[in-house]
Amino acid sequence: MSSLAKANMNTHTKEASVSESSKPVEPPQGQAAAPQSLSQQTASPQTAVPKMRASGVNFRYGTFKALHDISLEFQTNKVTALIGPSGCGKSTFLRSLNRINETIRGTQIEGEITLDGEDVLKMDVTSLRRRVGMVFQRPNPFPKSIFENVAYGVRVNGLASRSELPDIVEKSLRRAALWDEVRDKLHQSAHALSGGQQQRLCIARGLAVDPEVLLLDEPCSALDPIATAKIEDLLVGIKDQCTIVIVTHNMQQAARVADNTGFFLLGKLIEHDRTDVIFKNPSKKETEDYITGRFG
Amino acid sequence: MTARNLYRKGLNNLMLTLTGVCALLTVSVLFAILGYLIYNGGKSLDLNFFTKLPLSPGERGGGMANAIVGSAEIVGLAAIFGIPVGFFTGVYLAEWGGRTFSFLVRYMCDLLNGVPSIVIGIFVWVMVVRPMKTYSAVAGGIALSLMLIPIVAKSTEQFLSDVPSALREGALALGATKWRAIATVVVPAARKGIMTGMILGIARIAGESAPLLFTSLNNQFWASGLKEPTASLPLMIYFRALSPYHDWHRQAWAAGLVLLSMVLIANIAARLILSRGGSPNRG
Repeated sequence: MSSLAKANMNTHTKEASVSESSKPVEPPQGQAAAPQSLSQQTASPQTAVPKMRASGVNFRYGTFKALHDISLEFQTNKVTALIGPSGCGKSTFLRSLNRINETIRGTQIEGEITLDGEDVLKMDVTSLRRRVGMVFQRPNPFPKSIFENVAYGVRVNGLASRSELPDIVEKSLRRAALWDEVRDKLHQSAHALSGGQQQRLCIARGLAVDPEVLLLDEPCSALDPIATAKIEDLLVGIKDQCTIVIVTHNMQQAARVADNTGFFLLGKLIEHDRTDVIFKNPSKKETEDYITGRFG
Repeated sequence: MTARNLYRKGLNNLMLTLTGVCALLTVSVLFAILGYLIYNGGKSLDLNFFTKLPLSPGERGGGMANAIVGSAEIVGLAAIFGIPVGFFTGVYLAEWGGRTFSFLVRYMCDLLNGVPSIVIGIFVWVMVVRPMKTYSAVAGGIALSLMLIPIVAKSTEQFLSDVPSALREGALALGATKWRAIATVVVPAARKGIMTGMILGIARIAGESAPLLFTSLNNQFWASGLKEPTASLPLMIYFRALSPYHDWHRQAWAAGLVLLSMVLIANIAARLILSRGGSPNRG
């Protein structure tokens, strides 16, 4: 990403936060198409342009239809949480955004997903994944050194020369709040780190290629509360530089980190709105039942 | 104690004894062979065995230097031909292959693995020896490589399939192409297992004699090139053991001892590589 674009996005955030704080909190009136209502609500014209937009996405694993007509927008430099019970399709949807689901045989996707207005499904998949990074449920550091893990994406994409690598690695580890813990053992194996450190390493690895969007698939589900808190803090810290989409089972986590929240149930997007609206005043009964713990 | 309990206990002890005796039998076969080889071959094993050419019957002494080097040449050629093909086949099967074609290739690998080695020898005689109009180390290497390919392909596929798909996804999610992800993450993660499979495969073919009968044949002297009939340890054992001379029989035992030691060493090395702990990225 160019520094110009970054500066541009930073401006968006500031304006957005100003406009948000002055906005009255009102529940939407039971509309079927939540995304449109959302873009009307967040009044700032700059933020009305979403970073990514999915419209009418259907997804099949073989004959099983996992996603039904999902339409959702992700606003620039916001954190969007996707919540819902297990098997509701939220991870499938997330994994469609960087097309990593394509690696599974027999999958089929319909509909449109755009990144800055560009059709994701027609884009060169390696450049898409460079721009849309991903952190997985279980920490999956490569069996390489800490340094090599962070440098990997930069290397395979040819983004920097060998001499620039140490700086990029340090910057990324700092952004992932891991630098102080690993600065003296950069060339040791990443597998020697604790689970929480490994997950932050995976975040650093994703940030090293300067993604415009970062997708996180239940990144804290294998971690203890302290490691979870560290990751939540760092997510809030990096959202001025990239748009974040996080799938989570943990509703408190969604409430803590997310600006917007989408609720999935049985492969459908039930509701999508500002996080405080979803949690305090959901418009759909299913959402309320889930939030209040009646199921899921 | 009731009769029923006695019966159960008795059966338990009986089966424990039976399985234990069979296990002991299996282990003792190896030690019996090794002991017999050392007893019979150890006497003929001296420095000359490794440095001198074979002598004519009746002359005492001499060695099998040409067969040791010849075996190394033939097995080396087999590795050069067979390991890349087997490795890439394994990578294809584990990482790319669709359902039907992969199934076919895998099935063919099993069949190729089961082809009697003498048939492979005859096949290579027809395809290589006859057109070249000479027995040669190259032909021997090709014959052995045909046995090596399915072994390496199967073990490579096996160890690559054991690599968690999370690692593949991690690399792909960073914008790596599939081949880049395989070459820089998946294969290194399975490196130890793949190398072990290759070493065990080489150890397996190094002792083969039937494929060499029709391909590299034998040579009493140094071969002057890879396109000449070439001596090898397994065939040296075969021809020596068939001869009527007592001294040659002893040399055959010695050659057997050397061959078995080489195979054992390769096996032990493979186990060591596989079991070596510590950082997966190092060494």
